[in-house]
Amino acid sequence: MAAQAIEVTAATPRQGTASALTGRTATSKSASAEPVATVRNLVKQYGNHRALDNVSFELHRGEIVALLGPNGAGKTTAIRTLLGLTRQDAGEALLFGKSPRAREGRLRTGAMLQVGRMPESLKVCEHIDLFRSYFPNPLPAAEVLSIAGLTEIAGKLFGQLSGGQKQRMLFALALCGDPDLLFLDEPTLGMDIEARRALWDQVRMLAARGKTILLTTHYLPEAEALATRVLVLQAGRIVAEGTPAELKGRVQMSTVRCRTSIAEDVLRGLPGVSEVTAGERVTLLTAEPEALLRALLPLDEQLSDLEVTGTAFEDAFLALTSQPAAPAL
Amino acid sequence: MATTADALVTMPRTMPSLTRVYGKEIRYELTKLARNRAFTLSTTGFPVIFYLMFASMNAHAEFHGQLYSRYLLAGYACFGAMGSSLFGIGAGLAHERSHGWLELKRASPMPAGAYLLAKLVASMCFAVAITLLLAALGTMISGHIISLMELGKLLLVVIGGVIPFASLGLLLGLLMAPNAAPGTINLVYLPLSFCGGLWMPVEMLPDWLQHVSHVLPSYYFSRLALGSLGYSTVSPLLSWGVLAAYTVALLALCAYIFHRSEARA
Repeated sequence: MAAQAIEVTAATPRQGTASALTGRTATSKSASAEPVATVRNLVKQYGNHRALDNVSFELHRGEIVALLGPNGAGKTTAIRTLLGLTRQDAGEALLFGKSPRAREGRLRTGAMLQVGRMPESLKVCEHIDLFRSYFPNPLPAAEVLSIAGLTEIAGKLFGQLSGGQKQRMLFALALCGDPDLLFLDEPTLGMDIEARRALWDQVRMLAARGKTILLTTHYLPEAEALATRVLVLQAGRIVAEGTPAELKGRVQMSTVRCRTSIAEDVLRGLPGVSEVTAGERVTLLTAEPEALLRALLPLDEQLSDLEVTGTAFEDAFLALTSQPAAPAL
Repeated sequence: MATTADALVTMPRTMPSLTRVYGKEIRYELTKLARNRAFTLSTTGFPVIFYLMFASMNAHAEFHGQLYSRYLLAGYACFGAMGSSLFGIGAGLAHERSHGWLELKRASPMPAGAYLLAKLVASMCFAVAITLLLAALGTMISGHIISLMELGKLLLVVIGGVIPFASLGLLLGLLMAPNAAPGTINLVYLPLSFCGGLWMPVEMLPDWLQHVSHVLPSYYFSRLALGSLGYSTVSPLLSWGVLAAYTVALLALCAYIFHRSEARA
């Protein structure tokens, strides 16, 4: 697919790319540190459906990484593999350098998964008390309640909570062990704007304390607001990777195709051109399509078969962002 | 926060106290079930109502030289124990498995044994409570029908008898869709109870059904309960042996199904 051609490789740590990240400690990342989690050439097949197709990435300390993609792209499968809940068909998944099934890693990991129902006849504080007992050094219950914004309703039965409160309850359970690595699978599903913003603030604070966060979302603004790095998953493949700002730049790219005799070198020098692919028709990738056309047309009187389109990547993003489930902000 | 981020990351992690984990898991499993009215009403209500009806209809009748209400006490104690095992574990697991709750627990460092033991112990507690309730009711209806010694023996049988039916509950919980759980459980529970001689003496069943009953775990469970009240029946060793064999077979099947579904997950 065409999007492969413009895959971005994020190289250096990026600080302050989003204004929202002002609370972060900029010194927490060092390139040589052992990754908190590693995924290498992961493949997972369900019958005829390939949920993960050769996926590789690393998570480093203090990072907030967003797995962005439409439903069915493989986001949840990636998280479930890292949690040791499913076995991959090929490739490797490591948490803190060990198998995801090792107890040691589980003691340092918290997970917020998509849970349809949990026992409804237990109170919020009882659920938290129970989950805290699984860890040798849990966060104090009062702190868990306050981070998740549940202090006021600690005495309520789970069955009496609203949808957004239930999500916060699940977030609270993920925090009980004071984990170094936090998985959040569609964390703000069903939350109103206020609750969503509050959760984002808490996630940023956790990252500032050196925690690593991997979240999935099909909701572009969430990845943009939170993530230091975004991995775009589509049909089980990572089709793009970068900071939200870099990806936004990519989204505004256009593809120009035409039949022309202009030399490739010249084409590369035209406005905004980042990539040239020769063929029967030449394909140009540009961030400034109008300026490119103004420069291009006078250079070759014989130019024909001209076509300007949004990039395949943009199409991918449109598919991502036009999900009906994505609420407007 | 008193601790710095670095200390949090490098802090040595010791194992959490296992007794605390198991204790809390058991306590909250019991709390959860006790607050679930659908569960408490059906598992306690049916044995109590049936016992009241049939024992008071035959308040002073005799069977095998003993009060009929004693026979029924043994049967309905088993009925209660089976109900709390099948519904508490089977329906509970079906829900927790299909709505993602079990998965969240498995992703946590909770020892798998704590989850299972909590469900088993909770079923035992309900089975004991139902037996005590039935003994009290029986005493009200027919006068002094059970000595403390016999009650102690009956409770031991009931506690032990929960284990094979908890295994059956586990198997059903792994296989059933949650909305089909009550119906499916009743399809297993009620015929097992009837054919096992829990509602009326096996001797009153037609011959062919008596043959069926002799291979059922509910039959051997109720024979043990009757034995604890002094009825002469199948040898306790054989009965415990059959129940143990059922337990092993059911748990092996559970393990196989769980691993198969895990491989597909």
